[in-house]
Amino acid sequence: MKKKYSIFSIARNALTSHANWQAAWRSSDPKKAYDVIIIGGGGHGLATAYYLAKTFGISNVAVLEKGWIGGGNTGRNTTIVRSNYLWDESARIYEKSLKLWESLSQDINYNVMFSQRGVLNLGHTLQDMRDIERRSNANYLNGIDSEVLTTADVARLVPILDTSPDARYPILGASLQKRGGVARHDAVAWGFARAADQLGVDIIQNCEVTGIQRNEGRVSGVYTSRGTINASNVGIVTAGHSSTVAEMAGLRLPVESHPLQALVSEPLKPILHTVVMSNAVHGYISQSDKGELVIGAGVDSYVGYGQRGSFSIIEGNLSAIVELFPAFSRVRMLRQWGGIVDVCPDACPIIGETDVRGLYINCGWGTGGFKATPGSGWVFAHTIATGQPHALNAPFSIKRFNTGALIDEHGAAGVAH
Amino acid sequence: MLQIECPWCGPRDQSEFSCGGEAHISRPLEPDALDDIEWADYLFFRKNPCGRHYEQWCHIFGCRRWFNAIRDTVTYKFIAYYEMGANPPELD
Repeated sequence: MKKKYSIFSIARNALTSHANWQAAWRSSDPKKAYDVIIIGGGGHGLATAYYLAKTFGISNVAVLEKGWIGGGNTGRNTTIVRSNYLWDESARIYEKSLKLWESLSQDINYNVMFSQRGVLNLGHTLQDMRDIERRSNANYLNGIDSEVLTTADVARLVPILDTSPDARYPILGASLQKRGGVARHDAVAWGFARAADQLGVDIIQNCEVTGIQRNEGRVSGVYTSRGTINASNVGIVTAGHSSTVAEMAGLRLPVESHPLQALVSEPLKPILHTVVMSNAVHGYISQSDKGELVIGAGVDSYVGYGQRGSFSIIEGNLSAIVELFPAFSRVRMLRQWGGIVDVCPDACPIIGETDVRGLYINCGWGTGGFKATPGSGWVFAHTIATGQPHALNAPFSIKRFNTGALIDEHGAAGVAH
Repeated sequence: MLQIECPWCGPRDQSEFSCGGEAHISRPLEPDALDDIEWADYLFFRKNPCGRHYEQWCHIFGCRRWFNAIRDTVTYKFIAYYEMGANPPELD
């Protein structure tokens, strides 16, 4: 049994120079069989395993990770959390996620440093402002907080933004979701891993799935670099590598994988207390608790699995940031990296059953998966546990590409990639 | 930064090009004859390989002509270029 993290455990461990902290999770060897196997130990996969055990009482679960926990997209994003999506279907699933975020640290007994510092989406043209008002009204109808700000409001909230009328792309206003913010991304992976482990889930790192075993149209297990593991239910949650893993079961997906880049600056004293995003000039920025500016760029238009992108994307991104924040023009960048995001034609995820019975897939989150981590895990756990999608993820079936019931969030949701 | 070899203009900077996605997808001649699954496959479903990929590129800020290329999606290295409408060259 794991010891609970609390102020007393910090004090107790301080007496022994913090040398005796328990490992956050066991290092498990794979058993011969499980009730459920989750392929992919990122945030979404670990959250799925956690909610399977906690909410749906299925704890004979293995999470298979080819690398290490937190080494993929979970540790490569810009940590922004918001739910101000335009369409009802997306608004509901992201709002479910945001509600889970609000109590996540207590729920999993791990401080994910969820900070509701507000997310500002800037408008630079008349059409931007009309879209922002439309989106804010749609958000109201779905019970999601959103405010429309004028240029003067924006200048008061973030004085370092260039709000002058002679800016190259003048800021005409913004939407503000005060309940949005950021979370510590590594802590999300580690926290879910620890909480799932505590409920009996085996987390198996350095275990790459090489094939999916099927028997008469039903999944029966997976072949891995550490032997064959049987299971009658398997969930694929492998983000950028969804197509390659789905192909192991003979499935074709409507996604393409692209490199998405982000970068951080040298640490600065507190200067930016909210998240600022701009669709028109394409950049998004926040300041981490360490003081670094965390900046998100765009995707490269070509398919790429290399976890790095083009220099021209960074150049365009930083010129947009400097347009918005002239004060940042001499800030030096420390690190830059890329993650592989699987983008759907309608910029919405695929969560549900596949043509192989017992095989489920959760993919296509594209450039915006981090904010959805708890909600995605929760609905996917429901889908695997009951064999049926929850009302929240039923619209996100892969069948929508056949029926034509797409949920077109391209450009409707803050930042278009 | 990639250097891409336009078959007409020679090696040029990546920023002059735009990627047109997977090559060799032809519009069905009789769309009415397809069912929803076949039509969706043509519209939305893609190979998305981790490795060798057959793609279309356009020298958009140059001669504005399209061409096909074979590129490795892990190393991003271009392996071969060939004209639109041509069959891809044989590779090992």
